[in-house]
Amino acid sequence: MTILLDRATRVLVLGITGKIGSFHTQEMIAYGTNIVGGVTPGKGGSMVHNVPVFDTIKEAVEKTEASAAIVFVPPPFAADSIMEAADAGLKLCVAITDGIPAKDMIRVKRYMRRYARENRMQLVGPNCAGIISPGKSLLGIMPGHIYLPGHIGVVGRSGTLGYEAAAQMKDLGIGISTSVGIGGDPINGSSFRDILELFENDPDTHAVMMIGEIGGPQEAEAAAYIREHMTKPVAAYVAGLSAPKGRRMGHAGAIIQAFGESASEKVELLRDAGVAISPSPSEIGRTMETLLKAA
Amino acid sequence: MDIHEYQAKEILSRFGVAVPQGGLAYSPEQAAYRARDIGGSKWIVKAQIHSGGRGKAGGVKLCSSEHQVEEEADELFGKRLVTHQTGPQGKTVYRVYVEGAVAIKREIYLGLVLDRKSERVMVVASSAGGMEIEEIAQREPNSIIRSVVEPAVGMPAFQAREIAFGLGLEPALTQQAVNTILGCYKAFEELDATMVEINPLVVTEDNRLIALDAKMTFDDNALFRLPHIAELRDKSQEDPRETRANDRGLSYVGLDGSIGCIVNGAGLAMATMDMIKAAGGEPANFLDIGGGATPERVAKAFRLVTSDQNVRAILVNIFAGINRCDWVAEGIVMALQKTPLNMPVVVRLAGTHVEEGRKILARSGLPIIRAGTLAEAASRAVAAWRNDSLTKVAS
Repeated sequence: MTILLDRATRVLVLGITGKIGSFHTQEMIAYGTNIVGGVTPGKGGSMVHNVPVFDTIKEAVEKTEASAAIVFVPPPFAADSIMEAADAGLKLCVAITDGIPAKDMIRVKRYMRRYARENRMQLVGPNCAGIISPGKSLLGIMPGHIYLPGHIGVVGRSGTLGYEAAAQMKDLGIGISTSVGIGGDPINGSSFRDILELFENDPDTHAVMMIGEIGGPQEAEAAAYIREHMTKPVAAYVAGLSAPKGRRMGHAGAIIQAFGESASEKVELLRDAGVAISPSPSEIGRTMETLLKAA
Repeated sequence: MDIHEYQAKEILSRFGVAVPQGGLAYSPEQAAYRARDIGGSKWIVKAQIHSGGRGKAGGVKLCSSEHQVEEEADELFGKRLVTHQTGPQGKTVYRVYVEGAVAIKREIYLGLVLDRKSERVMVVASSAGGMEIEEIAQREPNSIIRSVVEPAVGMPAFQAREIAFGLGLEPALTQQAVNTILGCYKAFEELDATMVEINPLVVTEDNRLIALDAKMTFDDNALFRLPHIAELRDKSQEDPRETRANDRGLSYVGLDGSIGCIVNGAGLAMATMDMIKAAGGEPANFLDIGGGATPERVAKAFRLVTSDQNVRAILVNIFAGINRCDWVAEGIVMALQKTPLNMPVVVRLAGTHVEEGRKILARSGLPIIRAGTLAEAASRAVAAWRNDSLTKVAS
């Protein structure tokens, strides 16, 4: 079992006719993802990589019985697509798009509250690398070959730093059950806590690697959850120890604006919650190895 | 994106926030002319830079004659103001704002922020104005009122009223406070702001509620739909290295160290900086060239990083995912062949087709220092920078 998706999950690609959407559709199909359709308003009836394209998500769901979607729609229109996905009854939506205005994300999150918790779509991202369950399914843009199948859950904000972590673990023979990128935006769909909870309840995941960064309250929230609810061992690295206060480091959300948002403060909170801290980004794999030996 | 105080006041006054009468000046003469225009006998001359803490840095002057306005403005133009927010290099004054002085009875703090915990807009207010909010939080934590706005309906009047009464304003001023708070919220919401701050919001001796200072920050991701806000950008207030980078679509933050960084991905870029620091060096910059890392972007990145006079060594760290290390390596070789560098370059490639990439670097004959891991890359870059500094000192 994996979290969020498996080999059978029927997936729609939103923005499939664009250059990026089309490219990654091909990559995901090659990895074994069950892509059943695409959506681009006005392009309904055409085909991309042998995948039928629809005008609306509702129509696509009706015809394909899809339950998940991945979003490559450009920033000005992405929030609208995410709301359309929620309205069409999809269970999972991964938003890759980088550059969605924060106000649009406030609206998206408010809109999703119209649905009772059990019917509410799970949004992952935006501005993220997506989800991969190595050897099973890919709903994202990560290079599949750097992930070894196994039993470590990985959750992080950054794409390439997540690759770095996966590669370090692979070199040590440590495999991954699912890796989830929650994205670098200040307002995002799933938090660290949300994904940790899924890993805690997933029998296939034995330990978790969490990769945080400066800015926002979600690492602190995760620390509280780990302390109170997690039975599985957790290791973490927090990027940005050398980042100055008040400067935005690439990601829209990577900025220290308030107390508790610096890397060192987050590290302290996580350490206090019993998390094994990787002292540097080159020790991520080894920190997990040590943690597994101790467990 | 930040804007100047006078621009924020202009915007907020359109949304019903009362501000002192004022005028912008680009020269001392113009400042004096503005003072005459405004009238009265006391004026404030305020340096317009993108930073708080201007008063402490000598950027705000109280004047009691037009002549003095001219003199103080003359003093301010071209001056570099160093505040706790500007860094040691400071920010240069090219515009001053002249305002009629008001007699203050009471100072209040009013701010609106994007609250990441509730994922909504939050009003933060305090009856203890005049200090920065961090200081208020420390000294008068109980004076702070926080109120989160439900995005589906926006801010109803009662919510603004609760804040106004919470500030202990006298009844005659309540309606004005409500208008101010609602106006700030409307501006925030309509213009995709991420922060609106009026500090202080003052009660004057003649019982008016006026925004004495104003600050607004906008969501960079929303500028595509706000052309009239985007054009308020003042490049003179930016680090010129960052302006260059941003104009070329690269995400760059200038720092004070000597090791230039070229990395793909924001998280990996931060991690690379951390690694340099852990190895005993100081990064010169944060630079994310994007997931694509095409040869053109690599070449641009080299030009940008080497335009920083402080850079003595360069560390390239690329984790190729969908793109491939051999393409990235070709880009690096092309860039270095076109413009040879007189400083050490350490390259670490990882990910897809890494062996081919390393071979291309080796075959190029260029003096590239290769590294296999992140730790190796950082320690080699720091060692190369140290050796380089040593030879330069020795010669």
